Amino acid sequence: MSIWRVACLVARKDLLVERRSRVVLNQVLPFAGVTMVIFAFALDSDAVLERVAPGLVWLATMFSLLVLVQRTFAIETDDGALDAMRVAGVDPRAIYLGKAMGLAIELLVLEIVLLFAAVILYRQTVPVDGIALLAITLLSATCGLAAVGTLYGGLAAGFKGRETLLPLLTLPAVAPVLIGATRAVEAALGTAGAVVSDGWPWVGLLLVFAATFGVGGSLAFGPLIDE
Amino acid sequence: MTTTDSNPASVEVDPSGRFAGTGTRGTRILGSMTVVAMVWLVAFGLGFSPADRDQDEAVRIMYVHVPTIWVAYMSFVVTAVASGFYLFGRSKALGWDRLAGASAEIGTIFVAATLVVGSLWGRLTWGVFWQWDARLTTTALLFVTYIGYLAVRRLGGSHQQRARRSAVVGLLAVLLIPLVHWSVRLWRSLHQEATVLDTDGDIDMDGLMLFSLFVGVVAFTLFYIWLVLHRTRVMAMEDMMDDRGLDLALASRRAEVVPTQKLEEN
Repeated sequence: MSIWRVACLVARKDLLVERRSRVVLNQVLPFAGVTMVIFAFALDSDAVLERVAPGLVWLATMFSLLVLVQRTFAIETDDGALDAMRVAGVDPRAIYLGKAMGLAIELLVLEIVLLFAAVILYRQTVPVDGIALLAITLLSATCGLAAVGTLYGGLAAGFKGRETLLPLLTLPAVAPVLIGATRAVEAALGTAGAVVSDGWPWVGLLLVFAATFGVGGSLAFGPLIDE
Repeated sequence: MTTTDSNPASVEVDPSGRFAGTGTRGTRILGSMTVVAMVWLVAFGLGFSPADRDQDEAVRIMYVHVPTIWVAYMSFVVTAVASGFYLFGRSKALGWDRLAGASAEIGTIFVAATLVVGSLWGRLTWGVFWQWDARLTTTALLFVTYIGYLAVRRLGGSHQQRARRSAVVGLLAVLLIPLVHWSVRLWRSLHQEATVLDTDGDIDMDGLMLFSLFVGVVAFTLFYIWLVLHRTRVMAMEDMMDDRGLDLALASRRAEVVPTQKLEEN
């Protein structure tokens, strides 16, 4: 079986587990929603909220990413499933790509919900000419986040103190995504007078980031979990 | 023995099998040179070099700030190279791993020193402790990234597991830093442009100031090498103690079993 076929099976398994357990739906989405509400308490100004809304959407996404990564590896390590897959001779690159694909799909759903929340809570509007930029930004940023999250999630999985190690490793690593995706979404939504053409260089950054960590992660994942 | 590296050559062991310490003749000479260079730096940095036209006395902070960040960058390069040698080399010698770890530890301390000293300089020159400019922000993220690397080193497991994991993270950090720098640079840039390593190749600085800076770089580089040598040896000792502890535990377990067997035989 090709790597991609195995990766799709791993992703399908993860999504199936999620569909049956509904942890993302019942816990992670509400968590992200609460984050959006408490940002409003902290900033306490409609004008400021409207200005910083794209950044808050991505910040809520990053926090949720940490929870999602913990979850996606908890289902593997609890029953030693990761070891079982390795013993069964599954290519670690396929495991990495599969887990990243499953995570990316969950993240994408979460981001779309958060954007809706921003439209309602933070009074954002989505102009028609910004839709293409918005869609490509969401896709490229999600790939980058999933690549980093899966890599460090796999590294920390199965160790004591993983809950605290994961944010320490992940948040500095995804800082470029936070910067790039925030600026690109600002351009797509026209926040603070930004125009759509301002957003494309940031998409370039997001794509380079996703490609770098996608390739680096799939090569590094084997040595990391092969223990 | 549980690992392949039971007798690191760099640690002095006296004939009775006890460790004699991490100092050797070489490190003692190096340490003395470091002390001399530091005294020299204090003399030039605080005494002989003039105050700056614009920055006044605050310029003296540069004689620590610039050398510490240069040495920090160098130590992270050493970490990356040693990680690469460990991961791609055939021998899988733990010496490379210990060099990478020691270098990262010292580099992290030097980055912390750079950030503290730089923020003091910023307060005097810019009027604020922190500016959200590209180089400062990248340096802060670099600091956190290597704290993460050091945390990964303490995850546990065998020495070879630790070495493999941290080598991967050490190499990933090298991928990450240019991306962070690029993104933050796009985000904003205010920092004073590099004066010594300017793109036109001309050095635009007072002679005595430049010399003091040079003394600083020499002093801190010697200090770095001295620290790395000692830290690598301490790490070798820690690894040996881990192995020996396991061997002792196994031996005492065997000793418990043997008398029982003898009793059964009788």
